[in-house]
Amino acid sequence: MAQRAQPINGRAGVVAGTIVVASVCLAFLGIVLRAEPGAGLGPADWQAIRFTVVQATLSALISVALSVPLARALARRQMPGRQVLITLLGAPFILPVIVAVLGLLAVFGRNGWVNDTLGTLGLPGISIYGLHGVVLAHVFFNLPLATRLLLQGWQSIPAERFRLAAQLDLPPSMVFRTLEWPMLQRILPGAVALIFVICLTSFAVALTLGGGPKATTIELAIYQAFRFDFDLSRAALLSVIQLILAGGAALIALWIIPQLPLTGGMDRPVQRWDARGGGQRLLDGLVILLGSAFLLLPLASVAVSGTLGLPQVPASVWAAAGVSLWVAGLSVLVLLALALPLAGWIAIRARGSAEAIGLIGLSASPLMIGTGWFILINPVMDPVRLSLPVTAVVNALMALPFALRILVPGIREALASHGRLCLALNVNGWPAWRWLILPRCLPQIGFAAGLTGALSIGDLGVIALFADPDRTTLPLQMYRLMGAYQTEAAAGAALILLLMALGIFWICDKGARRYAEA
Amino acid sequence: MRRTLIAAGILLASQAGADTPVLTVYAGDYFTSEWGPGPIIEAEFEKFCDCDLQWSTGDLLPRLLLEGERTKADVVIGLTSDVTAKARATELFAPHGQDNSALTLPIEWTDDTFLPFNYGHTAFIYNETTMDAPPASFDALLDLPDDVKIVIQDPRTSISGLALVLWVQALYGDKSAEVWEKLSDNILTVTKDWSASYGLFTDGEADMVLSYTTSPAYHMIAEEDFTKKAAIFPEGHYFMVETVAKIADTEQSELADKFMAYVMSREFQTIIPTANWSLPSALPQSDWPEAWAQLPLPEKVLFYSETEAADLQAQAIETWRNALSQ
Repeated sequence: MAQRAQPINGRAGVVAGTIVVASVCLAFLGIVLRAEPGAGLGPADWQAIRFTVVQATLSALISVALSVPLARALARRQMPGRQVLITLLGAPFILPVIVAVLGLLAVFGRNGWVNDTLGTLGLPGISIYGLHGVVLAHVFFNLPLATRLLLQGWQSIPAERFRLAAQLDLPPSMVFRTLEWPMLQRILPGAVALIFVICLTSFAVALTLGGGPKATTIELAIYQAFRFDFDLSRAALLSVIQLILAGGAALIALWIIPQLPLTGGMDRPVQRWDARGGGQRLLDGLVILLGSAFLLLPLASVAVSGTLGLPQVPASVWAAAGVSLWVAGLSVLVLLALALPLAGWIAIRARGSAEAIGLIGLSASPLMIGTGWFILINPVMDPVRLSLPVTAVVNALMALPFALRILVPGIREALASHGRLCLALNVNGWPAWRWLILPRCLPQIGFAAGLTGALSIGDLGVIALFADPDRTTLPLQMYRLMGAYQTEAAAGAALILLLMALGIFWICDKGARRYAEA
Repeated sequence: MRRTLIAAGILLASQAGADTPVLTVYAGDYFTSEWGPGPIIEAEFEKFCDCDLQWSTGDLLPRLLLEGERTKADVVIGLTSDVTAKARATELFAPHGQDNSALTLPIEWTDDTFLPFNYGHTAFIYNETTMDAPPASFDALLDLPDDVKIVIQDPRTSISGLALVLWVQALYGDKSAEVWEKLSDNILTVTKDWSASYGLFTDGEADMVLSYTTSPAYHMIAEEDFTKKAAIFPEGHYFMVETVAKIADTEQSELADKFMAYVMSREFQTIIPTANWSLPSALPQSDWPEAWAQLPLPEKVLFYSETEAADLQAQAIETWRNALSQ
């Protein structure tokens, strides 16, 4: 497809992309400069690489496969509480790892609800530990993300098409083939790649639910190399392998995304005549029920134990919550400054492969970025004084690929529907952003900002390496509680964390949507 | 009147702040939280030191290695015996200047750089209300029925996990691989750190958890819960110690020495058990706080010196990994 003239150019995007790549590469350089030649990779490392790829592939494919019916059901149904449900379904994604694992174990663990029920029925119990447990946990984390991404895809199909399909009296299966499948073809590869990369860097979940050292991931090997062996060259080598795997996956996925001519609609509300049959209703209802149960039961357990622990939460947790809010706010700002120009640049390019840049920050181990910048900052000033800003920037880099996945289709759609009008009116550059893209993409911007804020609140990330004792973040404080036998107070802190993350997400997401509608 | 007093107090405090020497102590992250020993150590030490003790937290050894000679630390507290070899190799440390013979550790300590301030032993903790027949020896642990589940920590990411691997090595030597294979049916899972393991245990997911002989003390003293017990094995338990050390080119040499002496003082040693849930390093057992004196402790203690541990570590971890990867 020939490249068409666009009202925005990619210069700011190139600058933003350069900043992202540079911040990761500089950190890497910092480590390599300090590294002494090490022993290289052993058989254990290769086993870790194999396991990582297997579990990440399975987790990504299953998460995305399950998200298709769930997103379709949610897209086709209007019911009371739908918005609340969609927000709540996003919660597993932003939970701190250890909290989510304890929540999952309350449902699927040895003494969990599932095994209790099976036991009462006289059936043999199930064990969550093993590769299937790792995949289960990763699906729990990422099904919500995949569902949200697909839901956006569904919302991007203009209402007129469903009307036309209804006029042609197409059955649901034909509607799926003609309208929904082409949309899925554009969204699925990117979603699979994104979740693959997220699962690639997983480590505490994989180890705990994997049941032992066969579930070792590359990230664990990186952690071991940095913190235990202090073998910087091995850490750097493993980081590069992780980057290559992530980058390779991203490039393949983005390459196979077909280019479809986008045509805008007239912004009518979507009505789904094809989904009105009783069988379709029953099917959607069942899917929503099952999906909600899988995602919300572990959350309910987190909420229950958290509520019991709340009275024991010390005052310092609230101070830490304030610090976390500050960090989250900063990372949202950094994210928007990077993601918007980058997304604009990607949106006007014929192929989406530049989106791989966004994945760099996520696939680089936060430990590597943190350590690298520590080495770089140390000769100039005390890195501890920069611990919070560095945390905020690392959080923003981690959220960047999600933000791009969310923003790029929106910007493409805005340009497809109104780009020519802009050109005709000679509205170019910043005015095109100001009058076309930003207002039309406000829901996506709100979603991306909310997701970033929520992720940032829940992230322990680099702060553990050089924490300022007087200003700790909420996740760090929660881990301290856990480390000091205060399991109940930690559960209370986890609940506060969860509520704050959901709150930030809700405010950004809902606020932008309401403003966009007004 | 009262108001002027407060004003005078503030004035004095700020003047004091202007030229009070600062002692910067690096500590592990847990150490300075309000549930750690940091706040009380700071308050007690500042009562007589004429100084301002400032904590700086983070991953101790990686941070020291990264900072090298630019480190701002005057004293480092919390280095465990498994990292002292690497810490020593940095040549950042000065002799501790204290008398090792005043130590009351169950092993002989001759190191003149790293001074122990508290210790414990690895042990498996169980809940006596849910476990009728706890194992009475390590051999008995290996013969537990398969439905008794134990949760341990990864020796590659956790100090207590590493201690367990060395414990098995010390007890069984060449037969370690068989021991791990026998134990593998009982190992529910392996976690990254102690906190996650202990969380699984308190949530009832696991029957036993790899922790310390001192863990029951926390439950007894802080929670008045007497159901958590350490299984004491006659074969012996692996010794774990935390040390404090002085940075050689500190500008606060005298203050640092004062701090090292404080660590050995009776005041510090009586605070540390309940503040850090660990056993005091230089206090005769007869002088321990009441509940602590009643804590069941192993009679035999196993320990590898840092050079022995360094030689054995990689092989012991590999044996563990191979046996549990089957």
